[in-house]
Amino acid sequence: MSILTEFPSIDTETLRSLKKSIDAGFKNFSRNYGDNIESFFEPVRFLLIESEQFLINTPWPIIMAIIAIIAWAGSKNIKIVISVVMILLLIGYFDMWENTMKTISITFVAALLAIVFGIPIGILMAKSNFFQRVMNPVLDVMQTMPSFVYLIPVVMLLGIGKIPGLIAVVIYSIPPMIRLTNLGIRLVNQAVIEAADSYGASNTQKLIYIQIPLALPTIMAGINQTIMLALSMVVIASMIGVTGLGQPVLTAIQNQYFTLGIFNGFAIVGIAIVFDRVSQAYGKRIQESHGTINDK
Amino acid sequence: MISKPYIKLKNVSKVFGQNPDTVIDLVQNNIDKTELQNDYNHIIGLQNINIDIPKNKIQVFMGLSGSGKSTLIRHLNQLIRPTSGEIVVNNVNVTELNKKDLINFRRENFAMVFQKFALLPHRTVLSNTYFGLQIRGVKSPELENTAKYWIDKVGLDGFENYHPNQLSGGMQQRVGIARALANDAPILLMDEPFSALDPLIRIEMQDMLITLQKELKKTIIFITHDLDEALKLGDNIAILRDGKIIQSGTGQDIILNPYDSYISNFTAQVNRGKVIECEKVMKKLSKDAFSKVTIAKEAKLEEAVRVMISNNINEVDVVNSKKKYIGTVYLDDVMASIINPIAEP
Repeated sequence: MSILTEFPSIDTETLRSLKKSIDAGFKNFSRNYGDNIESFFEPVRFLLIESEQFLINTPWPIIMAIIAIIAWAGSKNIKIVISVVMILLLIGYFDMWENTMKTISITFVAALLAIVFGIPIGILMAKSNFFQRVMNPVLDVMQTMPSFVYLIPVVMLLGIGKIPGLIAVVIYSIPPMIRLTNLGIRLVNQAVIEAADSYGASNTQKLIYIQIPLALPTIMAGINQTIMLALSMVVIASMIGVTGLGQPVLTAIQNQYFTLGIFNGFAIVGIAIVFDRVSQAYGKRIQESHGTINDK
Repeated sequence: MISKPYIKLKNVSKVFGQNPDTVIDLVQNNIDKTELQNDYNHIIGLQNINIDIPKNKIQVFMGLSGSGKSTLIRHLNQLIRPTSGEIVVNNVNVTELNKKDLINFRRENFAMVFQKFALLPHRTVLSNTYFGLQIRGVKSPELENTAKYWIDKVGLDGFENYHPNQLSGGMQQRVGIARALANDAPILLMDEPFSALDPLIRIEMQDMLITLQKELKKTIIFITHDLDEALKLGDNIAILRDGKIIQSGTGQDIILNPYDSYISNFTAQVNRGKVIECEKVMKKLSKDAFSKVTIAKEAKLEEAVRVMISNNINEVDVVNSKKKYIGTVYLDDVMASIINPIAEP
């Protein structure tokens, strides 16, 4: 009765040849198409390098002023602007300015890509139940698959560097963008949609005039989540060559430099707080103007 | 003078459920609603509706919740498609329109007002009002000017930049009406527009609608569960029950000749003096000279009583539109007609 004590599995030989053939197949694929795929990502690399160069080469007071202005435009809250400036001053004072700029740059580009791809995918999901059924398991895999696992094929295809790191960050951080866009559009009051229908609104008009504006607070929550996840991915992405605050943390783990680790860790926390407070305050302001909050 | 109906419903039935086509024959053959529900697990929304709706009048559909009145109004602009039957609006069979034509048809022919207002919460009063025009591709500044005109017309001058959540229910529905009127569509669909409002505001809104209609002369389809409202507004009233029209006619017809006890139970509560016209209770006398005090034959009994009391008389002569004598109403008869008949046990 060994079938009860030992799970009946395929024999080792078959399993090994299966793994071998898949690996060989993928290796062939990456050898043949790796260059094409790399050139496909050329515009992204350009954007990434340009934004990094801009953030690093511009004098720090100007960058700080720009960030403070964005914080003010988003939140209209002087307290948030002051804390943002304080956090940046502390980061600079502890000599982490350049790494922080690199991290902000990759987070910015990753969030941008997640928005550009995530919102249309989310809209399609909201429009089609079939597409939603297809996408949901895909998103589940993206969110739960350990990130190291999908780093392997990405590195095999594109080698080590910024682009594979960026792709890993985008894969990890795009699901909430997609899910919350879908949810936001699906949650739009059906009575309002019916009103639009009764006036002869086309699907595009409904999307532009009603669904997207009303889903915007939820979409903003998705952007916020995406940025948070992108930041948390920075350390893991540093293992495949993404520079920034993740790299010192990695060095600190390898060499047991406690202080180095904690300083850079707090810097990541610091910019996370900056992104979070500004985007949340912005989301709340949209919600207020939408009348979803009734305390006026 | 019988004018060609502007909107015509021919044998319209709507069945809700898994597979409506399988039971539509039964529905057309007048199967009972509960029987269909218990034995076939389908629900009747509308059953063999036939009605002609004239142009430029207020047609009221009255019924309790579940009678199918909201389903019916949504058939006119095809927010709900019928399971069978034909709906002709302005000589177009709307059930045959494809998606694109239907969108255009809605833009040109319909405006709708909803029970729960259904305003766009992220837009101001002004941009809510021009929503229908924007959908039709009207450009600024005509957009804003038209919207502003109608905002003033419904008495919301000065509230252009408010958001709906900053307004009271009555004001929100004024925006709903302004949005509908700004569209300048010939047909106005009103789905229990005043049901969610306080009684006093409701009466105010009814009066506003009557005033506007005198000027606009639109074809209005008005849904309500309130017979008083139906009698006040409706040129014609159709009473719905379980998806069927059980009586259709003018308010006076329905009050004087209720089709069955279901309807007479409703009409028993009504202030008849506001509905019945003098012509119905007058006596024709062969009089040569008639008194100085006269009243139009369309005047309601309440008005006749008012005239008699203020002139300290107990009879008044009725004249037609050419001021010609046609009869006399007596206070006794008026009183007898105003009193509600004792409801059947």
